[in-house]
Amino acid sequence: MNGWAIPAALCLGLAAGVLSGVFGVGGGILFVPTLLLLGLGQVEAAATSLLAIVPTAAAGALRQRAYGNLRPRTALAVGAASIVGAELGVQIATRLDEDVIRRAFGILLVLVALRLGLGVVRQPRRYPDVS
Amino acid sequence: MTIARLALIGLVAGVFSTVFGVGGGIVLVPLLIGLVGLDTHSAAATSLGAILVTASAGALLYAVRGEVRLGYALLVGLPAVGGAILGTHLQQRLSGRALTLAFSVLLAVIGVRLIAL
Repeated sequence: MNGWAIPAALCLGLAAGVLSGVFGVGGGILFVPTLLLLGLGQVEAAATSLLAIVPTAAAGALRQRAYGNLRPRTALAVGAASIVGAELGVQIATRLDEDVIRRAFGILLVLVALRLGLGVVRQPRRYPDVS
Repeated sequence: MTIARLALIGLVAGVFSTVFGVGGGIVLVPLLIGLVGLDTHSAAATSLGAILVTASAGALLYAVRGEVRLGYALLVGLPAVGGAILGTHLQQRLSGRALTLAFSVLLAVIGVRLIAL
């Protein structure tokens, strides 16, 4: 690891946390590229990112509970079902080519972005904003 | 049936989570808004709660296969805890519309970067 790698990783970690809190994601979209830059393989990076997400999501969820936004039963129902999907995903990830996974992930993100962005642009602006 | 929808959302998020090493929030947030009808802030908050379960399970499944690097996880995960507290605070001041638009731009930029890498 070079001298700049640790400070860079710390900054990217902080940025991932901010993204996590603002958008309700785990932060993996930044953790994975950061870990790849640090020299980890794709599967290793995915595995390590998941562990880093645990404290990040815990901190965010606790804060959101205090703000009154968290729906605990909905979160638990989705979370419980996701465990089955997670095992399925591990089987897929450890069998597929790493470049294929990365490109598929990139395509997925662009498609979700288009879907969300177009949804907002098409939707008439309403006041007061629902929040 | 709401519970069937929640289970379906969880299943999809779980697969994405371990295949890509993410929490699944990029699919959870849009699905919680579109299929369950949550507002943007509740969707983001509830997504984090679900991710906590998903990522714990995923990390465990990978750890038994020896793929998890603890030191690296701490290196990026610890500063992220501070960032998450800051981010949730910031989120309370943003409108749902602004949040969704900014989220789309973020996904598109990272997506293009990954395809081109």
